[in-house]
Amino acid sequence: MLKIIKRDDLSKRQILKVRITAIVLAIVFSGLFIAILGYNPFKVFYNMFLGAIGTKIRIEQTLTIAIPLVITSLGILVAFKMKFWNIGGEGQILMGGFAASYAALNFDFLPKPILLLTMGIFAIVGGGVWAFIPAFFKIRFGTNETIFTLMMNYIAIKWITYLQFGPWRDPNAMGFPKIPMFTSNAILPKLLGVHIGWIVALIMTALIYVFMNHTKKGYEIAVVGESIDTAKYAGMNIKVVVVFAMIVSGGLCGLAGMIQASGVERTLAVSLSGGYGFTAIITTWLSGLSAPLVLLTSFAFAIMIQGGNFIQTALQIPQSAADMIQGMILFFVLGSEFFIQYKVQINKRSQVAGDRNE
Amino acid sequence: MDASFFAAAVVAGTPLLFATLGEIITEKAGNLNLGVEGMMLMGAVIGFFVGLMTNSPILALFGAAIAGGMGASIFAFLTVSLRANQVVSGLALTIFGAGFSSFMGNKLIGQVVPVNIKDFFKPVHIPLLSDIPFLGQIFFQHDVFVYFGFISVIALGFYLYSTRKGLNLRAVGENAAAADASGINIGLYKYIHIVLGGILCGLGGAYLSLVYIPAWQDNVVAGRGWIAVALVIFASWNPYKAIFGAFLFGGMDIIGFRIQRLDIHISQYLIDMLPYVATIVALILGTNKNRKENHPPKDLGVPYFREER
Repeated sequence: MLKIIKRDDLSKRQILKVRITAIVLAIVFSGLFIAILGYNPFKVFYNMFLGAIGTKIRIEQTLTIAIPLVITSLGILVAFKMKFWNIGGEGQILMGGFAASYAALNFDFLPKPILLLTMGIFAIVGGGVWAFIPAFFKIRFGTNETIFTLMMNYIAIKWITYLQFGPWRDPNAMGFPKIPMFTSNAILPKLLGVHIGWIVALIMTALIYVFMNHTKKGYEIAVVGESIDTAKYAGMNIKVVVVFAMIVSGGLCGLAGMIQASGVERTLAVSLSGGYGFTAIITTWLSGLSAPLVLLTSFAFAIMIQGGNFIQTALQIPQSAADMIQGMILFFVLGSEFFIQYKVQINKRSQVAGDRNE
Repeated sequence: MDASFFAAAVVAGTPLLFATLGEIITEKAGNLNLGVEGMMLMGAVIGFFVGLMTNSPILALFGAAIAGGMGASIFAFLTVSLRANQVVSGLALTIFGAGFSSFMGNKLIGQVVPVNIKDFFKPVHIPLLSDIPFLGQIFFQHDVFVYFGFISVIALGFYLYSTRKGLNLRAVGENAAAADASGINIGLYKYIHIVLGGILCGLGGAYLSLVYIPAWQDNVVAGRGWIAVALVIFASWNPYKAIFGAFLFGGMDIIGFRIQRLDIHISQYLIDMLPYVATIVALILGTNKNRKENHPPKDLGVPYFREER
């Protein structure tokens, strides 16, 4: 008979070993899957890798993808630490981008640093407000935050589409429905080939690390996530903690939206969230909710996304192959947690009897 | 509003109905599967693919059911056997399913459902019932898939509330430890009902690709899976209430076209928000009901370990 026993004796190195095994297995299974669908998995993986880091320009593109992923993941991390399942990253990115674009299109007379700063603040507010709404209903009525935050994504998408076809439509675009491009004042400068969003991402990683590990609020968020009862017993104001954490979470996602609008798209478009809100869920979970590790997982996933884009053009293999592999990796890592927390023993009957005699 | 609008709402609500019923079964077993969207997408693409290849509506539905069931069995293995976090496992399934359907469907874009299958899903007027004024047109002049939805509601309602196994299932979701003590095989119950739920979600997805559209387009489910998850709460885990919720939201889905026809000048994109806003409203209303029978299964989302009882 199989017996499952809880264990807490695994060293960090062994845990790492389990995680790496899971990722390797995920890649092997994805390869099998790709083979079944009639493509050569080695060619696919090799080209994905080549497409992501093969040349200097490709590395820059990969980093450009990693930037919003890191910042969004940090936002998701704060919410997940509280076991508040914020899957509204997409919407929060878009609303952050919307608020930043409002500043960019209306205050373009401001000097560049001040305009960029204003856009950043607007974006944090925009994303924060979008996350505050589900948080409010969660603490007030106990509504399910997962579905609520997800519905907010769709509303944000429709809102931006409405602006694009309606009030914000560029009259000079010759009938083409798009929002005007930003003036050069509203565009993030580049440093070492990549827009300076990468510096923002690094600073935010450090800030969130300190916030979650060395501040009272960060600690409270972790306690609420572990056990609401404990938090109550310790006299924490849970409602304040939840709302605060969600505003931080949404604010970070909003900031990612500003960076995408200003550094990449140079305008407001539905495409600026680019699925980062969902991918960030995987990268955050893979990091084990650790801010420094988010850098690593986000970069790894940026490789996969950029590689996915590359195989689409190079091999005519749909980019969604990369999405599938991402899902697969998450499956395996989720499954592998079991082997970190439990061990399986094969018990023989005689042994059970022997146990009883002791 | 005439009867044809309500009839169209029933058709638009049918995929939601299947997915909602699927998620009700799953949640009654105590597992919250947020992979509905993914399972619907998997069912939609496989159903369409098999239909295109074999020209057979029955095989297409089988394919869709198997695809949904496969997705659900991944979730079941992760959450029941490996005790993984249910929320994240469900999200993983949605991410995987979305990637899978758009990967598989890449070559199917623009393809149309074969005539043979289209004919199979032609509206059938049920004798006598379809002659009832107003109601007959709304409910009894549809394709067989819609009727299958009606039957599923009744079957699930009967199963849950009038059979021994249904009672056991509810016990598993309410209090797994007590159910275990009374000799119910918790793991088996969870597996069977999670997979059954996935099969229904897969069929809901296939309705979209085979009957509703009926051609292949990327991301054909477009958030309906998530609406279904919300509808479960709105319907307070009751299959009979689910049918009203599904048709109500089916109506939301199509109201945009109607409003445009009425020449009211509201941007189409703002009207498109309606189902999502309505879902949020339904969610708030559904949660705020304080009656006893409206509560979610007590052990919903709580993994069961006999060793930690």
